[in-house]
Amino acid sequence: MSLDLDQTTTETQTATVSKAGLSAKQRMRRHKALVYTLRVVLLVAVLAIWEISCTYLFDDFYYSKPSKVWNQLVVWFTQGTSSGSIWVNISATLQEAVYGFILGSIFGVVSGIILGRSRLLSEVLAPYIQALNAIPRVVLAALFVLWFGLGMTSKVVTALVLVFFPVFFNAFQGAREVDRNLVNNARILGASRWDVLRSIVVPSATSWILASLHTAFGFALIGAIVGEYTGATHGLGLLINTSQNSFNAAGVFAGMVICTVLALTAELFLGALERRLLKWRPPAQSTGATAV
Amino acid sequence: MSLVVLDHATKRFMTSSGGLHTAVSEVSLTVEAGEFVAVVGPTGCGKSTTLSLISGLEPPSEGTATVAGKPVTGIPDGVGYMFQTDAMLPWRTVLGNVAAGPMWRGVAKDKARDQAREWIERVGLKGFENYYMHQLSGGMRKRVALAQTLVNNPSILLMDEPFSALDVQTRALMQNELLNLWSDTNAAVVFVTHDLEEAITLADRVVVMTASPARIKDVFTINLPRPRNVEEIRMTPEFIAIYSEVWQSLSSEVEIARTTGANRVA
Repeated sequence: MSLDLDQTTTETQTATVSKAGLSAKQRMRRHKALVYTLRVVLLVAVLAIWEISCTYLFDDFYYSKPSKVWNQLVVWFTQGTSSGSIWVNISATLQEAVYGFILGSIFGVVSGIILGRSRLLSEVLAPYIQALNAIPRVVLAALFVLWFGLGMTSKVVTALVLVFFPVFFNAFQGAREVDRNLVNNARILGASRWDVLRSIVVPSATSWILASLHTAFGFALIGAIVGEYTGATHGLGLLINTSQNSFNAAGVFAGMVICTVLALTAELFLGALERRLLKWRPPAQSTGATAV
Repeated sequence: MSLVVLDHATKRFMTSSGGLHTAVSEVSLTVEAGEFVAVVGPTGCGKSTTLSLISGLEPPSEGTATVAGKPVTGIPDGVGYMFQTDAMLPWRTVLGNVAAGPMWRGVAKDKARDQAREWIERVGLKGFENYYMHQLSGGMRKRVALAQTLVNNPSILLMDEPFSALDVQTRALMQNELLNLWSDTNAAVVFVTHDLEEAITLADRVVVMTASPARIKDVFTINLPRPRNVEEIRMTPEFIAIYSEVWQSLSSEVEIARTTGANRVA
């Protein structure tokens, strides 16, 4: 939610307290309830339009519809899929994405910070990194399946490559934007080069890095799915591919729904990590206003 | 042997347009242990560069800088530096920031924290050990910076307009605090400011610098008795006499800086 939106609500709250006899807290709770209600209404409306239009207007063989997607999900979770239990497939995709995410983030952070601190190295490598970044990297998935086979490795590597670049660029930027004043002060206080790196460069790049991790997990999931789509024995990408090949639009949608749930769950964890690591940061203006 | 010796030190910088800018020219200055020297000059004349030369953050282009008998190559032992803007680590608490110096210098964590606690108390921040920087006021942050610098027991304290961002009352408070804390040490202080009143109030000697490039124009000895109360000393006739004497010297430089500044704008 944006800042000014929150501020206007606070103002209207104070203005209406005397009139309606409600405390600011009650108003806030009502506002929240309204937002959540409207969200549900929106979702239901979209699903209903889809359901109705595909029942009466369009061909649900191509476009599917929510009830069919739901049935597909029920079948997958109760009777299993064409390639084994749904849980086996979910865990395959999740493992590939998580390993790719972790490895890609580590490589990205380390090389971003090294290049961010070394001017010579970054100047030498800059055109090559730009070139690598310009490659549409999803096509590498095909190459990786050739190299590493149908197993997990090829998907982990695809996810790794996709994750690496956004994390690398943010870590690089973060390491370069370190406040010179902080570094000078630390050096005067007795910090060695290593101390400066550990106590100043890494923490100040952290907020940049964390920001990139949100998009990076999405990329990891894309890498895993595309890898599976290209060739695999298990995974959500394979399920989607099989569904497509058997003209099962509901299966494609059902695969997407599961991916979305995975991505949102990961987002929750990353959000918690971010709050934990950045607890030193001043709170956003809106919460400050509520505290008063 | 003087503690700090600048001998015909000159500092030039490459400007972004490729030209050379002389920030400091032929500065010769000596500071003894336990002496408080204030450097005044028009804003932007290159006073801060003088401090960088002593601290080893910038090597002189010509001439030499010597600290405790050794030519300055890296950062000399015993130097403390308080910057104009806040330079504490925002992701560390007050305690973590103050303990940083000793820990970087190899003191064990527990001991460093004990030393830090002692200094936090001495600068009047007891009870704020676990606060983060954004939770403190401007004056409190200056206190943290002071504790962070003094916990290393510097023999030379370099200060670059440390109180310029504070309001008048807080500034006077911090000046008194600084004089109190300094009087317990035998540290040499080089205090850069554009505020002549602050310079005379605090210092044993006031060095007046010219408008850019900075040269030493005059040096005045301030014989006001210590201990001083910064708010009261300003009203004494002795203070006013010295002030007008130094202002004679400084005002023409301020005038020059203003004209060139105006030309640059126009």
